[in-house]
Amino acid sequence: MPYHHDLGGTRHRFADLRTVMAAASPHRSGDVLAGIAATSAEQRVAARLVLADLPLAIFLTDLVVPYEGDEVSRLIIDSHDAAAFAAIAHLTVGSLRDWLLASDGAAIAAVAAGLTPEMVAAVTKIMRNQDLIAVAAKRRVITRFRSTIGLPGRLSVRLQPNHPTDDPAGIAAAILDGLLLGSGDAVIGINPAGDNVAAAHRLLLLLDELRQAYAIPTQACVLTHVTNTLQLIERGAPVDLCFQSIGGTEATNRGFGIDLALLAEAHAATLALGRGTLGDDVMYFETGQGSALSAGAHHGVDQQTLEARAQGVARAFRPLLVNSVVGFIGPEYLYDGRQILRAALEDHCTGKLLGLPMGLDICYTNHAEADQNDMDAILTLAGVAGVNFIMGVPGADDIMLNYQSTSFHDALYLRDVLGLKPAPEFEAWLLATGITDAAGRLAATPARLALPALLDG
Amino acid sequence: MADLAARLAAFTQARIGLPRAGHALGTAATLAFDLAHAQARDAVHAAFDTGPLEAAFGAIVVHSAAPDRATYLQRPDLGRQLPAADAARLTKTGADTAIVVGDGLSATAVARHAVPLVTALRPLLGGVLAPIVAAHQARVALGDAIGAALGVDLLVMLIGERPGLSASDSLGAYITWQPRPGRHDSERNCVSNIRPPHGLDHETAAHRIAWLVHQARARRLTGIALKDESSADPRLPQAGHTIAP
Repeated sequence: MPYHHDLGGTRHRFADLRTVMAAASPHRSGDVLAGIAATSAEQRVAARLVLADLPLAIFLTDLVVPYEGDEVSRLIIDSHDAAAFAAIAHLTVGSLRDWLLASDGAAIAAVAAGLTPEMVAAVTKIMRNQDLIAVAAKRRVITRFRSTIGLPGRLSVRLQPNHPTDDPAGIAAAILDGLLLGSGDAVIGINPAGDNVAAAHRLLLLLDELRQAYAIPTQACVLTHVTNTLQLIERGAPVDLCFQSIGGTEATNRGFGIDLALLAEAHAATLALGRGTLGDDVMYFETGQGSALSAGAHHGVDQQTLEARAQGVARAFRPLLVNSVVGFIGPEYLYDGRQILRAALEDHCTGKLLGLPMGLDICYTNHAEADQNDMDAILTLAGVAGVNFIMGVPGADDIMLNYQSTSFHDALYLRDVLGLKPAPEFEAWLLATGITDAAGRLAATPARLALPALLDG
Repeated sequence: MADLAARLAAFTQARIGLPRAGHALGTAATLAFDLAHAQARDAVHAAFDTGPLEAAFGAIVVHSAAPDRATYLQRPDLGRQLPAADAARLTKTGADTAIVVGDGLSATAVARHAVPLVTALRPLLGGVLAPIVAAHQARVALGDAIGAALGVDLLVMLIGERPGLSASDSLGAYITWQPRPGRHDSERNCVSNIRPPHGLDHETAAHRIAWLVHQARARRLTGIALKDESSADPRLPQAGHTIAP
């Protein structure tokens, strides 16, 4: 169905809903690369004016990716909760923005199952950065495994101790450094250098041994493909969480070597292990704007809308952790610090509106127009927006994946300036081990953790 | 803490055990990071000086369809296209093998390693070699269009890899059997991290590339099939996380 808006004698026409959505998105290199970005600044605002007047219900019938050919579209439509939607069914995209800004967190949470990814993508396209922060900050999403993540006034950290050859001593050393700096309450998660199941099994044993030796109230994860995790579970490896990268179309997920049935199988297998002590949220998902275009599977849909659809996939599996790897995919999708900042706030807000425990990998590559100052700005705004967790990478420099993220020190900075604490169970552990003092600061007399055998020679 | 930190730091190249100022990194560690990032940025944005390649080998210089660095970084599709005017300067001479040197994401890598690597590589390749081509604003797949214009069966693309903080001058080599536009990255073999003295030296890299070239000619293919069988060969690099420029 075509759409148009008249501005001072010029009629801006849009062929269909996905074209309106793409033109309404703030400028970013990936939509230009896909050939779907607005062709002028005025056309971009015209698209937002069209969008603002659309009733929310239209997103239930006019699908940006057809229902018949895409299982993600079918998931979104078939799982839509009409009862939850009833409270906002009368709204347009524009009045949804106003409603979100005026409502409290409980009211926003109550309609989550009635919001589709396309609705939250649309409304965030007409929101300023300030709106994205204000709305997300009201919406807490709390999840549990061995720690409680996402409580108000808390900021958790994924400790990311990657090593280019998966050397156990190198990884253990980075883990200890992170723990001594107060990181690791979201997860201790390794991106393995190789794709080998036996090597991943050894890493899981190392993580489990360290966690138990220090009695750390957290969870461990080796971020390997879901089919590898299924094999690891069969082998009896200590799998706390099941990780997978996911996208917003069936074809993108096929490129990742997955479909919804496989995710469901992995979810069930991980749940059956019953290793959580406080809760049974066992899935960890990563997403990122540009993944669908990169896989040639974007269907002419803009990358932010597809990112929200990837979050719609995540929502079906009750994840413990979800994060956008916002600047990782490269400058052909998000060119500079400004575009990465906008995408980070969008992904965090859309995820929270859908009810996801959103974290962010605030990051960039060396061919993007960005540096640590840009990351500082995003980090600070994400903290104000109530992000559940960020990455803790030694010195912000991932020596295996060759990109820059946030560091253990960055997490300490954010907790300091915003008065945030770690997850409560982890906070108590930091105090008991003497890593922090009663005020939550790193102790003046440093903690003495006994070194594990592989570092004590 | 200082003792423990130093002991931990000995186990990894990761930036651990660093002195703090309050909760922040100390000045020395902060500036060390800035320097590494500056070198990586300079490598990405350095201009490709083709003069040494022209002087040493009479290289033919071409440009991709990306007119400048900013466009190149945002439009990888343009970096893979060879404008007709540039293609017209490449002729079929009966050669069956070609070497292309592209700036990729690090002209610094090309400036340091291209001339000595090509010098070491040429005598090892066999076949009939086309003139060396130097390509500005090049992605790996630009070699497919160049190889098609030259009419060769085998193309070796030497190209600057995406700089990391620890290495801004790493050169990669991509070997493609029957290069034609539309080839997938899975149809190539790669030798990466050519970067003496920390990575592969030029002689070793030249021998690995030549080994792959001879295998490709014998089996009339490159890509996953070749890599799978060669993975047991300790002389060959294992699959890693290198992202092709």
